[in-house]
Amino acid sequence: MSSETKQILTTDGIPLEVSLKKAERKNKIKAFLLVAPLLFFLIITYVFPIGDMLFRSVDDKMVTQMLPKTFKAMENWDGQELPEEEVFAAFHEDFIKLVEDKREGKLSTQLNYTKNGFKSIIKKLRRASKKFEEGNYKEQIMSVHKRWADVEYWRAIQRRAPEFTGQKYLKGMDMYVNEEGKIVSVEEDRRIHRVLWLRTLEIAFFVTVFCFLMAYPIAHLLATLPMKYSNLLMICVLLPFWTSLLVRTASWMILLQQQGIVNDFFVGIGLVADDNRPEMMYNKTGSYVAMTQILLPFMVLPLYSVMKTISPSLMRAGKSLGGTPFVAFWKVYFPLTIPGIGAGCLLVFILAIGYYITPALVGGASGTLISNQIAFHMKSTLDWSFASAMGLMLLSGVLVIYWLYNKIVGIDNIKLG
Amino acid sequence: MIFTATNVLNSKITSMNKEFVKFDKVDKSYDGKVLVVKDLQLDIAEGEFVTMLGPSGSGKTTCLMMLAGFETPTHGEIYLDGKAISSIPPHKRGIGMVFQNYALFPHMTVYENLAFPLRVRKVSKDEADKKIDKALSMVSLQGFASRMPGQLSGGQQQRVAVARSLVFDPQLVLMDEPLGALDKNLRESMQYEIKHIHESIGVTVVYVTHDQSEALTMSNRIAVFNDGKVQQLSSPDELYEKPVNSFVAEFIGENNTFAGEVSDISGGKCKVKLSNAEILANPISVKGKGERTTVSLRPERALINPDGKMDNIHKGKIEEVIYHGDHTRVRINLLGNPEFILKVPNSSSNLDIKLGNEINIGWNSDDARALDPK
Repeated sequence: MSSETKQILTTDGIPLEVSLKKAERKNKIKAFLLVAPLLFFLIITYVFPIGDMLFRSVDDKMVTQMLPKTFKAMENWDGQELPEEEVFAAFHEDFIKLVEDKREGKLSTQLNYTKNGFKSIIKKLRRASKKFEEGNYKEQIMSVHKRWADVEYWRAIQRRAPEFTGQKYLKGMDMYVNEEGKIVSVEEDRRIHRVLWLRTLEIAFFVTVFCFLMAYPIAHLLATLPMKYSNLLMICVLLPFWTSLLVRTASWMILLQQQGIVNDFFVGIGLVADDNRPEMMYNKTGSYVAMTQILLPFMVLPLYSVMKTISPSLMRAGKSLGGTPFVAFWKVYFPLTIPGIGAGCLLVFILAIGYYITPALVGGASGTLISNQIAFHMKSTLDWSFASAMGLMLLSGVLVIYWLYNKIVGIDNIKLG
Repeated sequence: MIFTATNVLNSKITSMNKEFVKFDKVDKSYDGKVLVVKDLQLDIAEGEFVTMLGPSGSGKTTCLMMLAGFETPTHGEIYLDGKAISSIPPHKRGIGMVFQNYALFPHMTVYENLAFPLRVRKVSKDEADKKIDKALSMVSLQGFASRMPGQLSGGQQQRVAVARSLVFDPQLVLMDEPLGALDKNLRESMQYEIKHIHESIGVTVVYVTHDQSEALTMSNRIAVFNDGKVQQLSSPDELYEKPVNSFVAEFIGENNTFAGEVSDISGGKCKVKLSNAEILANPISVKGKGERTTVSLRPERALINPDGKMDNIHKGKIEEVIYHGDHTRVRINLLGNPEFILKVPNSSSNLDIKLGNEINIGWNSDDARALDPK
């Protein structure tokens, strides 16, 4: 019994565990060195950009830094009535400095994001401030424009005091913080993002469903055909992969336009009248058709790799035990393909939810997705923090889906090949 | 012992339907060029254990698949209990089947696997539970009902597969090389287990294998397949002792051969002229003088230094001696055949078996079967 509890020593008298660790250390270092380049690459290309994006989306230091004295003076203000002279004086001091640096324009843009109407009154203040006399700035500023005497505008300035803000996220969901500091939705006719989010989910969902319905039989055929035919079919499935995404989308534009081949065909077989050709592009239909075709291989391949491993004798066993072909399929074959279905659907859905080029080209106004909106803010309005916020919302949406999938199906069940 | 048990069973079978399964002039071709099965004529009696034995590509598995309904005969008809079954789909044939790789449903527990055939037959849950219990105890796997197939060893999976094929009380069970994936010891014990199950429930079994010892151990009758044809259909002992052609003689057990020409045939014996000698043999498939023939002789039928009663005695030179524990294999250069094998039991009788010795070898002409030339 004592030998069991005694520490085991090697022949040299070193404890076995120590000796083992020593022997394995070299391997561990080697393994780390092997993955180090990839790790380094990932940190630079993935962790930093996402961290930067997260930071940008909540960063609101600009106004804080432009009006430091004002915000300091405002600390004692309760926001009920107009602030005291002290605040006006501090604001005047900050403002003069901004005018000297020619940065008052930026301030007006920033404050205008918070409340409309700042642009004109800041312009007026700049002109008037040149003739200001020392002392009693409250009176002088209030006399520039009646809005400067409106407590709402001063509250708007105060709301920009914190260095960080979640406003961009609220904006992404068509919400904002109102004058009373409550989170409310914007007026119905100005809600654009919610529609986009819902449309993105809807299109991604249906594209996934269409892909699944089309890919399942193809994958089954691929897995069961003799090698010489299945290779040919596999090339057909993979062919789109070797063609540029842009070319494929453009060819869909040729096919789907009103004077396009598909419409010509429909007219030719008398399905639709020549003067009543349906719009199949620049709307949701275009996005559905083109995205389904482009994402199809991502569904076929995981399904195929799973189906390939299912022995044909299982279906035979199901039939020989008395199951009709349908029962054998539904009770035996189908459950075994679920890991492939899960992998394919997850892959297609996640790709579809962030799809950009295709909806941008064939989606038109009613077929664009949230990613197009993100690109719009990156390129046109240059509101990067808003684009970052929406990007992160998309990312967290994907993570939620991933988490749900793991809860329901289990990520270990996924088989990609 | 096995042979006598088989004979008892054979006599029991005679009272039952002798044509329970009938292959009637069945041809099968996959590509329209080569016949995999040629004009197959085979009757299997009710309650019988028939093995289809043959090298790979001999058509035995194709026959089984046609019987199960996964392949259709190109020509001819298969009857099950008097009914033509070619147009009946597999799931309506009611034939149990054990597959080569078990084909257990990996996503179902053992219980669910066994319940599958009962559920599709709408058997009530109580009755199904009883049947499943019975089937599991038959293969001594009580208490394994809630396991997944992946948690079982190969032998246990095999037993589940056997239980599943029997749980819905089919009249006929097909087994397609079911023991192929097991190791030698397990295979042997499973052979006996399957044989005992067959004997206790009296189900008709058609068994496919390429392992001759498996076939000899388990079967009432063996159909030896080669080249799409049944070469011989008989009981294991007859197959071994009385092969009807040189393929069967060669395929089943060990075999010494002499190729020669019949020089005389009379009184149930024939003389066969070899290149440098003449031997007496039993004419099985030779009819007259001048025919080419292969004479086949089992190693244990030849003796060293025989007494005078044997009608073939020739001198040979010992080329190789291999010790096998219970017996010694001796390779002898005899009558121009350097591959002549003898099995000598390791008893105390000290024969003069030494490398290079010249010794006398003798056998009865009855045991030397003159078959078709190879």
